[in-house]
Amino acid sequence: MTQDDLTGSTGATGTGAPARASRRRWLLVGGGLVAVAALAVLPLLAIDVPGVLPGPTYTPGTLQLLAFALLIAALALSYRMLFGLAGLLSFGHALFFAAGAYGLGMALDAFAPSDLPSGLAFTAAIGVTLVFGLVLALTVGALALRVTGISFAMVTLAFAQAGSVLIRRNPEQATGGDEGLALDITHVPEGLVGVVHTRNLYWMALGVLVLVYLVVLWVERSRAGHVAEAARENELRVRVIGVRPYTVRLLVFVVASVLAAVAGMGYLLLQSGAAPRIATADFTLTILVIVVLGGVGYRWGAIVGGIVYTLLDQRLTALAGSPAIEALPDVLRIPLSEPLFILGTLFVLVVLFLPGGIAGLPGRIRTGRRSHPAEPLETTDA
Amino acid sequence: MDTVVLLLVTGLGLGALYFLVASGLSLIYGLMGVLNFAHGSFLTISAFLGWEVGRRVSDGTWLGLGLSALVGVAVGAIVAAATEFLIIRRLYERHIEQALVTVGLSLASVALFEGIWGTDPIYTERPDWLTETTTVLGARIPNDRFLLIACAVLVLGGIVLFLHRTRYGLIIRAGVENRHMVTALGIDVRRAFTLVFAIGGAAAGLGGVLASVYYGYVSAHLGSVLLIFAFIVTVIGGLGSLTGAAIASVLVAVLQQFANFYLAGTGDFVVVVALAAVLLVRPRGLLGRTT
Repeated sequence: MTQDDLTGSTGATGTGAPARASRRRWLLVGGGLVAVAALAVLPLLAIDVPGVLPGPTYTPGTLQLLAFALLIAALALSYRMLFGLAGLLSFGHALFFAAGAYGLGMALDAFAPSDLPSGLAFTAAIGVTLVFGLVLALTVGALALRVTGISFAMVTLAFAQAGSVLIRRNPEQATGGDEGLALDITHVPEGLVGVVHTRNLYWMALGVLVLVYLVVLWVERSRAGHVAEAARENELRVRVIGVRPYTVRLLVFVVASVLAAVAGMGYLLLQSGAAPRIATADFTLTILVIVVLGGVGYRWGAIVGGIVYTLLDQRLTALAGSPAIEALPDVLRIPLSEPLFILGTLFVLVVLFLPGGIAGLPGRIRTGRRSHPAEPLETTDA
Repeated sequence: MDTVVLLLVTGLGLGALYFLVASGLSLIYGLMGVLNFAHGSFLTISAFLGWEVGRRVSDGTWLGLGLSALVGVAVGAIVAAATEFLIIRRLYERHIEQALVTVGLSLASVALFEGIWGTDPIYTERPDWLTETTTVLGARIPNDRFLLIACAVLVLGGIVLFLHRTRYGLIIRAGVENRHMVTALGIDVRRAFTLVFAIGGAAAGLGGVLASVYYGYVSAHLGSVLLIFAFIVTVIGGLGSLTGAAIASVLVAVLQQFANFYLAGTGDFVVVVALAAVLLVRPRGLLGRTT
């Protein structure tokens, strides 16, 4: 896999890791800590990046956007574990994100009339949602993993489609249908409600991202993670050794799904509601685009991809309405005023010409190789 | 009785639409292992361009509809062949990347269609006969269903004839069975790849024009909706099997209609449950190969 993964595994087995690798590892850990600290103090600073952020970093609008980007990054990270580590191409990951968002929303609705202390009710709602996400992930995973490859993708797509239809159909007024579900703030801690507290929500989003990262790291370094990786590369060999890939894949699937549900809960609190769009197959495809854009072979690729994508999406939408674009002739104006067109085209170009994604760029520049550093030079049948 | 007949014929009509999309998907997957997410976009662009030409020449007449269909077929075939030739060909044997590229294409193209034709459905004019009904066994059945069924049967017959009576059909069938052997025998399979894309695109193009007749409108999301069901149909029928796709199209659509009517609009759920059941009992689909 990637270089830091290699150093990680040699460090973990402890068979005399070279000093350089261990120093590199500490540099990476230190770099990560510095990055998190830098992100954490962002709401206290007034950094203005014209063209990238809508305003200085302490303003609620910018913080809201950044927090959203962090949550999308967390979601992308959980999807990368599924797709990049275990090689499971799922088209139903949005289902679990939506399960987190709608689950928490509906649990808070259900607890609203009770006179439980607010803190307890809020914690209980989160607990209920986590259990719900876990059970859903176990059910879908246990069924879907009975088939592999493209059929697995189709089964997950079908389940996600069923979920999406259910949410839109609005059974017993529980999901709000096309209108979406509004957050019931009766039991939500005061510090997480309202525009004045956007910086708390931002820190919460950062916390979710760090939590997801640590869990993903833990799973990838665990023995189960290594088996999942091995089964991705050569399933037959894993079976011959006497390990059942099914159990390990199910574990990875469930962990990734519950992490997606956690990100979904963050989304509900940040957006003060949930929209049915987050349950659609298109949303899963967006996450897939993000992961590939960032670089499937790298954990931080998913994070970079999530942040870059969200910012690009937002800025391109702003650009679409700008007078400079309005003045262009139709042939240029129409494509440029559709953010998804630009992002989709960009994605196609990345898949065609930049197999490592954004995260693969430094390696490509350093080695000067045309192919993905982690991939052998392939021979096509052409 | 009349309700049952109506549901049955409507299901067959919808199944015809599913088949027009699924036949191409299934052939493409069977021969090349490409899961083509852009197939819905082939359908949508054909529907839009067919409608644009049809309404300019003669709106709401058979001549206009015939022209629409011709344009739709041509556009579908050309766009699909161009996609294969310019983009997918670069990524042979890398199936995940191929699927990803088609995902990107479908996202970008749907956004482009929205930019050009707007996000709202555009209602289309149809020849008078298609808006009327015919009474069959006491059921008043909209005439457009018959057109859909007839077209799908013709397409099925045409593709089967092509596959079994022509040299290229032979190469395609052999390629589905064992591509490496065909290549080893010195036959350039890549031309067959482009051809299969063109055929699939043409069928989807016709499907696009017919879908605008069936639904009564064209919209940027016409293809995306049909594509999901076409995927389900393809998997249930068995990836790579044309006959399987035909049978599954009819089964899925009829099941959907009956569930929508008798089980309070749960058609989409029942289809998903059916997919799960088929995959659990018979993971390769109804008529899929064992490998």
